[in-house]
Amino acid sequence: MTPESRAQSERLLRAWALPTGWRYFSAVNNTVVGLWYTAVTLLFFLFGGVLALLMRLQLSQPANDLLSADRYNQVFTLHGSVMMFLFAIPIFESVSIMFLPQMIGARELPFPRLSAFGFWAFVIGGTFLCGSIFFDAAPQGGWFMYPPLTSKYQPGIGADIWLLGFSFVEVAAIAAAVELIVGVLKCRPPGMRLNLVPLYAWYVLVAAFMVLFAFPPLIAGTILLELERAFGWPFFDPAGGGDPLLWQHLFWIFGHPEVYIIFLPSVALVAMIVPTFARRPIVGYSWVVLSAIGTGFLSFGLWVHHMFTTGLPGITLAIFSSASMAVAIPTGVQLFCFLATALAGTVTRSVPMLYVIGGLSTFVIGGLTGVMVAMAPFNFQAHDTFFVVAHLHTVLIGGAVFPLLAGLYYYFPLVNGKHLSPALGRVSFWLVFAGFNLTFMPMHALGMLGMPRRVFTYQAGTGLETLNFVATVGAFILAAGFAVVTWDVLRPKGRQPLAARNPWNAGTLEWLQEMPGQPWGVRSIPEIDSRYPLWDQPDIIRDHDEGRFYLPDAEEGRREMLITSTVDATPLQCMRIPGPTYLTLVAAICVGGIFIFPTYKMYWLMAVSAALALAVIVVWLWTGTAEIPEKPDKDVGLGLTLPLYASGQESVGWWAMFITMTGVFTAFVSLVFGYFFYWSLRDDFPPVPAPGPGWQSPVAAAALVGTAWLLTGLARRWNSMDRPRRYYLALLAALVTASLGMAALVAGPWGTGLNPSRGVYAATVWVLVLWTVLHVAIGVVMLGYCIARRVAGRMTARHDIDIRNVVLYWHFTGVTTLMTVAVIAGFPLAG
Amino acid sequence: VVWFAVIALALYAARWERPRWSVAHGYRLIIGGGVVLPMVVLAALLAYGLPAIGRLSPPPQEDAVQVAVAGEQWWWRVSYSTPAGAVELANELRLPLGQRTDITLTSDNVIHAFWVPSLAGKVDLVPGRRTRISLEPSRTGTFGGVCAEYCGTAHALMGFRVVVMPAEAFAEWLAAQARAASEPATTDAMRGRTLFAKNGCPACHVIRGADPGGRIGPDLTHVGGRSLLAGVLPNRSDTMVQWLSAPHRVKPGARMPPFGMLPAADLRALAAYVSGLQ
Repeated sequence: MTPESRAQSERLLRAWALPTGWRYFSAVNNTVVGLWYTAVTLLFFLFGGVLALLMRLQLSQPANDLLSADRYNQVFTLHGSVMMFLFAIPIFESVSIMFLPQMIGARELPFPRLSAFGFWAFVIGGTFLCGSIFFDAAPQGGWFMYPPLTSKYQPGIGADIWLLGFSFVEVAAIAAAVELIVGVLKCRPPGMRLNLVPLYAWYVLVAAFMVLFAFPPLIAGTILLELERAFGWPFFDPAGGGDPLLWQHLFWIFGHPEVYIIFLPSVALVAMIVPTFARRPIVGYSWVVLSAIGTGFLSFGLWVHHMFTTGLPGITLAIFSSASMAVAIPTGVQLFCFLATALAGTVTRSVPMLYVIGGLSTFVIGGLTGVMVAMAPFNFQAHDTFFVVAHLHTVLIGGAVFPLLAGLYYYFPLVNGKHLSPALGRVSFWLVFAGFNLTFMPMHALGMLGMPRRVFTYQAGTGLETLNFVATVGAFILAAGFAVVTWDVLRPKGRQPLAARNPWNAGTLEWLQEMPGQPWGVRSIPEIDSRYPLWDQPDIIRDHDEGRFYLPDAEEGRREMLITSTVDATPLQCMRIPGPTYLTLVAAICVGGIFIFPTYKMYWLMAVSAALALAVIVVWLWTGTAEIPEKPDKDVGLGLTLPLYASGQESVGWWAMFITMTGVFTAFVSLVFGYFFYWSLRDDFPPVPAPGPGWQSPVAAAALVGTAWLLTGLARRWNSMDRPRRYYLALLAALVTASLGMAALVAGPWGTGLNPSRGVYAATVWVLVLWTVLHVAIGVVMLGYCIARRVAGRMTARHDIDIRNVVLYWHFTGVTTLMTVAVIAGFPLAG
Repeated sequence: VVWFAVIALALYAARWERPRWSVAHGYRLIIGGGVVLPMVVLAALLAYGLPAIGRLSPPPQEDAVQVAVAGEQWWWRVSYSTPAGAVELANELRLPLGQRTDITLTSDNVIHAFWVPSLAGKVDLVPGRRTRISLEPSRTGTFGGVCAEYCGTAHALMGFRVVVMPAEAFAEWLAAQARAASEPATTDAMRGRTLFAKNGCPACHVIRGADPGGRIGPDLTHVGGRSLLAGVLPNRSDTMVQWLSAPHRVKPGARMPPFGMLPAADLRALAAYVSGLQ
């Protein structure tokens, strides 16, 4: 190593160093945040596993009284919810936060503080949820939370904990999804065109987009259910004109894609592992990518198969039955691509491959039983029985847990430079594999014998005793397997030698990492021209280590990364990203207050939290984003000079805003869906003549908000033309018109005396109005922020990230307002 | 079969000593196994399965036996309409052999699902909606039924029985059910009737011919003739005592208040009266 290279790496290390001492937890580096995130996720997994053991113990004997009925119902509700929301989805995001940048040769994810915020939100929300069981206050409505059971019939705070707690966790999940999407699209190394992207990144992209479109309908449903619980707005109560099935639609529009959100990223691990051990590139790269995307799309069209027994018309059943089967095709394609890769290469035996094969064989069974339950006639019999319990665990454990364990054994050396023990790995595999089959195979039979799901006990003499006992024994063998894995991870490895660099001889970029890794991610950002650069680009490790690629240095002591174009990955910008901070933790605590206080009906504390959260987030944005660099551009190495500042469509912030708002808009569309769902269901929706909100106020509101929208656009233009006075005037005028617009929006239903607790029509109108008002209000804060930024000199005619992003926000808010007005004012007129 | 083929291939792939496949072979496998195979299999399955959907919910029939089943927390309210008036019972459904019975399913509380595994698939009872199921049993016997949609605390104990009987026996049974309650046969039972009224039981229970009563709990006019007590216990007078004294022990969350504070003799008398209502 040359002295120059050494000096470079010292400067780089200083810029990227982890904070030490009491500041340790202010770190935002993706490697540590990802590691914490994964560790906490695995803790929740073990917690969920303990709950499962409790259930198996209870069911090992007929008429057992180990757990009371209510306690059992809490346990199964929490088991399902924890495994889904606190393990299966976050594990994909946390693992991606940890490894995705390395896989695409990036230093970091584009918004390191956002990942840290998401992590803290996840910890707070998850602890709040899991802790509830120790106070006998856990939710007991099932992880699907069907009203009216969860609205009128469970008066305690359990259901509120579920609704608000998981909404909070979902916000964190969406934040991570936005970050991962932007990461894959904009932070790839030069030369990594879309057709060279590692398969893992493709899968993450698909899964993150699915999170973006699947979670908002659930959040919308959650808002409706919580409004019903807290204030008696009868969205799901037939007595007030509501309908319980709306919840089921919104829940399963989320719930079915969710299965694939869990499954796809785990398959992504398989797609990384199989080529490595087959010693050859994947066969059918584009087939895999296309079928991953196809699975993603199809999965949004299957949700009704969870509702086959609700008395839907036959034609609906037939359509969704066929669509549910069609998803077998892209899944099959992926599977056969992996098989073909293995066949066309030479397979090396190893623990990861053992888990891959175990997972594959299990998943195929799950897929076949899946085709069975997709058949509507069979579904009528199997639905809500232990057959479905067995099916879903086969799919999720085979499709997700086995690949994750494979991934754990495969990627562990990247975490601390040490291997996990292959001997313990084999022991754990056989325990897990045997335990799994012993637990879940009997459950297929139990379901066929007529044992329904979610039962805290069953009667003696019904022929269910033996199989249940066997399943319990199996569950403990399975648990022993996980105990071995846990020990292997936690056992002290002080004397164990470091793993060799790229120990599996893999071809993908994450294995560029030194053993153990450095906080900077990559020493220098490589130029890529292959899907398997470590196999195809002979000197890449040496060039990387000696800093011969891009950004080998941190001359200004700042954290910097490359932003490239979406399709061809040509370098666009050298972006500076902020370092350690506790602001993210404080923000997560304050935002958490918004969700946690209403559980206990402490609405004024909630308001205080909201105000604090707003303040902290403004400080965070003010100090950490859209910084004006001291020079316009910078030499990033290899003779390339890139700008340090980019705004509008070239900036990652704009992309993040666009993607986030797409998700927010999806939630709004779900609420509008609710309006039309009631319209299609009820003759008196909207009532004739409509009791409100009239057309005058809403139309006035549309005009006012529309004016504010237009003025914001003009302000952006005047800012670019460097006409500050016009800019300020336009923004002030927009502030005033938007505020008046909010008043007019509320005046509609208020003035006509629509009482939301009286009937579903009024409640639906109010929820649309309040949603819109909330977004206009946030838009107003943003307008004020833009005024302040320019006054403070943190925004100029050229450095205009803030106003451009705000304009983008206003595009979405403007459309939202117009749609709301068209629906609440226009539709009763048309009807 | 599909599973064995795939696993065999996977194990083969994992073996050391074998020729490497060419990439072209690989693509043929992907297209053959991933696209063509599932398409053929699924098309065949759909062709077989889709027509069956229509058969599951045939249009209502005029001459079918009409039964209304309502889901309660956590029992089944079953009512037949007969020329002699409505007959209501709980947790028990009787069907005539070889004859269509159309069942309408409703719930005014939470969502339940009606399921008799041996007779048919399940159908949900959704508040605010009316669902239907048609049964046409082809053999006599007693079949167990359960609630298949999680409905709260005692969901697991919301059992019922379906008894399929020859048509004439069914008609006789229904006629008997339509009659008012029988008079208590023993002195103990006579005392039980007094206790029944004194302890406020009619607030929730109807005994046709004896007490007008409320509709919160099951109709007890012929409760002694049912096969199950509370949907879980065998129906005898000793289990009746057990139920009366502590219903929540048998069925956690049950709305019925416990009467364990009554003297044991009173409980026995009550049980004798109620169980005697055959």
